[in-house]
Amino acid sequence: MLQTTHLLKVQKYWNTINRMRITQRNQHILTAYLFILPGLLLFLIFVIYPMAKALQMSFYEWSIVPRIPNKLVGLANYARAFQDPIVRLSLRNTIVYTLVTVPGQMILGLLAALLLNSIVRGKILFRVLYYLPVVTSWVIVSLLFKYIFQSPKGVLNHLLGNVLHVIQEPVPWLRYASTAMIPIWCLGIWKGIGWTMVIFLAALQTIPKELYEAAALDGASSWRRLISITLPLMRPTLVFLMVMLMIGAFNVFISVYLITNGGPLQRTEVILSYMYHQAFDFLDFGYGAALSFILAVIIITISFLQIRFLRRPEEMGL
Amino acid sequence: MRGARRSLGRHFRTIILYLVIANGAIGLVLPFLWMISTSLKEHAYSIQFEPGLLPAHPSIDNFIKAWTTSNFQLYFKNSLFVAVTSVVFVVAISAMMAYAFARFTFPGREFIFYTILLVLMVPNIVGLIPQFLLAKALGLRNSLWGLIIFYVAGSVPFNTFLLRGFFETLPRELEDAVLIDGGNYFTIFFRIILPLAKPALATVSIFSFLGFWDELILALTFVDDASKRTLPIAIATLHGQHGTDWGLVFAASIIAVIPVIAIFVSLQRYFVGGLTAGAFKG
Repeated sequence: MLQTTHLLKVQKYWNTINRMRITQRNQHILTAYLFILPGLLLFLIFVIYPMAKALQMSFYEWSIVPRIPNKLVGLANYARAFQDPIVRLSLRNTIVYTLVTVPGQMILGLLAALLLNSIVRGKILFRVLYYLPVVTSWVIVSLLFKYIFQSPKGVLNHLLGNVLHVIQEPVPWLRYASTAMIPIWCLGIWKGIGWTMVIFLAALQTIPKELYEAAALDGASSWRRLISITLPLMRPTLVFLMVMLMIGAFNVFISVYLITNGGPLQRTEVILSYMYHQAFDFLDFGYGAALSFILAVIIITISFLQIRFLRRPEEMGL
Repeated sequence: MRGARRSLGRHFRTIILYLVIANGAIGLVLPFLWMISTSLKEHAYSIQFEPGLLPAHPSIDNFIKAWTTSNFQLYFKNSLFVAVTSVVFVVAISAMMAYAFARFTFPGREFIFYTILLVLMVPNIVGLIPQFLLAKALGLRNSLWGLIIFYVAGSVPFNTFLLRGFFETLPRELEDAVLIDGGNYFTIFFRIILPLAKPALATVSIFSFLGFWDELILALTFVDDASKRTLPIAIATLHGQHGTDWGLVFAASIIAVIPVIAIFVSLQRYFVGGLTAGAFKG
């Protein structure tokens, strides 16, 4: 008799505990949802929905007039992109921009970081100066480079002709397709050096000083130390920078839009400027959406391949 | 004797080092010097092209003209309103979301988080066309609040990712103490997480502010109404209208860039911390 009441008591006790646990657990989940709700709603409505919609649009000949229905065309927009000579040209311009500006930023940024790392006084001042182009708006620096590369009376032509005397005639940089990308490349490199430098500087702090001391005792030159110690130990940083800079380079748009606007004769179009012109000048939304998805697929593929093949297995932390 | 020669050699090396660094700095800053110089030249001189770096007759006429004409003050106010409001919302919303991801387990947690990560890899511009149509359908075009909503939504994923990483490094003991003392999760969030995360929140605020202050593509696509322009479009438009009057364009640009430089120079320690936060973990 006593035994049973005792068991019943224990049973009751456990039930209460369990009930409390379940309500507590529910409360925990409910609180979590309250915390993510505002962000999640914004994300779903204004980011995810437009992206999904863009994918859908890319399969349609999208009508901008409400009366005319949208026409499902399957992969026609994509097929058109693969045959469009301007797409090929803008893809080539984008790739060349990437191949010029990514190594340019990395080499100069590394050089700046190594130099700044070896001085004691004035480090902060120089870091601020090197970083100024990074914080200045793309709109402003694009106009600035357009001004510098103007012809016949631009700053660069003045410097090359009247100060350094290396050219006879002013070079019409922006008038010819062969030279019009040069200001855009220069801007891309100039604006990015400070950022790569700061990342490299932080990575340099993580390398133990003893390694350099040991190497110096062994008589290794500074070049040798760079090749055998610094670069291998900064490998994750190098991969990180390469992926980030490449994504940025493939997204080049504002500088092209403001400096050449794709001209002369669409010869300096990059993928995004061409997409923007197709979508908002020619109102060809379906084609524009297809072009932006082609770019997205290229970027995701290359980022993935870089992370997959340039990282050693032990670094695959993500 | 040998020691003296060695230290002389070291001094020489240091001098060369500083010369190279200073040269690099001059090379990087030179375009800005030209911008300032051009803005100080009077209208007529800019057209005639006065080539030298030092203006013969420096004047601040361009700045006065830029500040007082063509609604520039309105655009400055618009930019300030959009950027500051967006920062407040982004920080609040991202911090809430990041706290949930860092401290709670709930159904769908992994799925939502990996969706956010995936979206971070897709260029923002992919959604631009439907975003434009959505803004039009919701009456958010030509409205500063419309820009704010899209700016906040667009930058919540990255900042959530960043803040989650930071929140996870915070010690949990204090939070358990709060729960034992009868506090709830909101107490923890407002009394412990937010105060401890001040440096990370500052970094997020600064970077978001700069991003919104400079944003061109959405503003260019959404806003037709001249009274709703922000500074980047105002400057691009000014260039379009007064293409040859570089003095005026650059005076306006310098006014627009002053808040940015001020923030950067005074808060630069947060810049370095914020930049390197993602560099080693991922």
